[in-house]
Amino acid sequence: MNNTIQHNPNKVIIAENLTKKFGNFTAVDHISFEVEKGEIFGFLGANGAGKTTAMRMLCGLSTPTGGKGEVAGFDIGSQTELVKKSIGYMSQKFSLYDDLKVWENLELFGGIYGMNNNEIKEKTNDLMKVLKFENLRDNLVGSLPLGFKQKLAFSVSIFHSPKVVFLDEPTGGVDPITRRQFWELIYDATSRGITVFVTTHYMDEAEYCDRVSIMVDGRIEALDSPKNLKSQFNAKSMDEVFQQLARKSTRKAD
Amino acid sequence: MKQLLSFIRKEFYHILRDRTTVMILLLMPIIQIILFGFALTTEVKNTEVAVLAPTNDEASSRIIEKLNASAYFDVVARIQNTDEIQPIFRDAKAKLVVVFEDHFAEKLHQTGKAHIQLIADATDPNAATSFTFYASNIIGAYQQELMGSNVNPYQIIPEVKMLYNPQMIGAFNFVPGVLGMIMILICAMMTSIAIVREKEMGTMEILLVSPMKPIYTILSKITPYFVLSIVNFSTIMLLSVFVLHVPIAGSFVSLVVVSLLYIFVALALGLLISTLTSSQTAAMLISGMALMIPVMLLSGMIFPIENMPLVLQWVSDIIPAKWYITAVKAIMIKGLGITSVLKEVGILSFMAVVLVTVSLKKFKVRLE
Repeated sequence: MNNTIQHNPNKVIIAENLTKKFGNFTAVDHISFEVEKGEIFGFLGANGAGKTTAMRMLCGLSTPTGGKGEVAGFDIGSQTELVKKSIGYMSQKFSLYDDLKVWENLELFGGIYGMNNNEIKEKTNDLMKVLKFENLRDNLVGSLPLGFKQKLAFSVSIFHSPKVVFLDEPTGGVDPITRRQFWELIYDATSRGITVFVTTHYMDEAEYCDRVSIMVDGRIEALDSPKNLKSQFNAKSMDEVFQQLARKSTRKAD
Repeated sequence: MKQLLSFIRKEFYHILRDRTTVMILLLMPIIQIILFGFALTTEVKNTEVAVLAPTNDEASSRIIEKLNASAYFDVVARIQNTDEIQPIFRDAKAKLVVVFEDHFAEKLHQTGKAHIQLIADATDPNAATSFTFYASNIIGAYQQELMGSNVNPYQIIPEVKMLYNPQMIGAFNFVPGVLGMIMILICAMMTSIAIVREKEMGTMEILLVSPMKPIYTILSKITPYFVLSIVNFSTIMLLSVFVLHVPIAGSFVSLVVVSLLYIFVALALGLLISTLTSSQTAAMLISGMALMIPVMLLSGMIFPIENMPLVLQWVSDIIPAKWYITAVKAIMIKGLGITSVLKEVGILSFMAVVLVTVSLKKFKVRLE
């Protein structure tokens, strides 16, 4: 096994035999993959398959038990602080501050990522236009409808122009139209060179990704473009591909 | 620095937007001081007294008159026989019944000996002890009066002097107590809730993924409550000096120094609680059960520590409020300098160091 990771500016995420054990339970079992710059990488799997754990390791929220990983050119084990500066993250739970106004949330996260006041102001103005939020600027985030909140949360996660953004089931509980709008925001981000790493339950969303990996019981069972996967599994939709693979699972969903 | 400032500003938004909580936090010390100062008091006043004097003579009348004239007692009923005593207590007409024996004055003058029985409602033992003591004193005073005419060769007259608080004003005791309690409540309870709320809401995850240093998160959580505590400290000081007329006998600077130290200990406690719990309810329960109740019961604020069983005295030693209250009493009431509370300051500093070290170690940089 080759233990050194080749530096390649086009590989934004590299995982090599990444493993996470909790006691006897192996949540993530030697997964390896690479994600290229500007790609939308779909990270699929049933509940409990280990997606979130894998993602947390890549974000520096959790220490791997084995294997190595690199994000934006930095080692996830030893260069956590540098990794943190180069990524954005949007969690499953809605995670902006409800009792802060829209612009105050942006100001806070801009400040946390070390952006200066002018930059924050300019980007806030631009963003309000893009999201058509001009008249919601002074509203408390808690008063916004869920779809708006989610779009805002995504915009906050890429506000500091990270190299990679990790989205953990970003569209849970959102109606199809808002989901479609949400994906337009994702495409817009990739057009600016941001790499998107997204976990999802929705198989129609899997079709929007450039490449998709499917995790079953902590291992990656399939990894290719949606088109190739469908022909490989002789399926009409990603949903069928997923069903075929998920049936192999012996692990109970949590 | 910019990170820290943005974050501190955010914490102030959180607190100021939650109007109810701010109001509670700012009004609580005022209400407590006023309650303790004017409504809740352990001083016994106007206790209802019933009198049973079968022989209406001069000596018993004088004693009854004296009792009634004092601020402690109101003679509300005269009864005629012992059967009436039970109903008096049962219907809560009086808390004390004074029973003179038959031919009281006659016996007193002829044999030099007469009996008075004091029957007290001891459902509240502290009050009963106080007012029977007052009643005995009044009776004793009458005895002194009688003796004034007959020269008694042996007279021992204890002269009691109440130092530091000659009028025995309760405020001298509870102002330090309220200080000790409010600080714990605001610093420890509110800080722990504020940190745990981030965990519960899921925003902690976002902060952990961000380059925000954990120590900054902690500092910015602490700052607003530190400011609030100082506001409350000032309110309590102003109220106690100008409304309750409790003077600050010692140096104000020493008082502030000791209070800042105590605030620091309380903040560290809050931090520790936040690292041990993951829900706001749990944080609140722990602060409530593990901090508030011991502070109220074991710090010497309400019950004197000297009267507690040895085990409880040991427990009281680990309560920061006990040391703070002792130090505040020494400086504020006795007028001593900071050099006389070095032991308390030392213990509080030690607690601060231990708490900060443990909680910083436990504050998780990663989610597991």
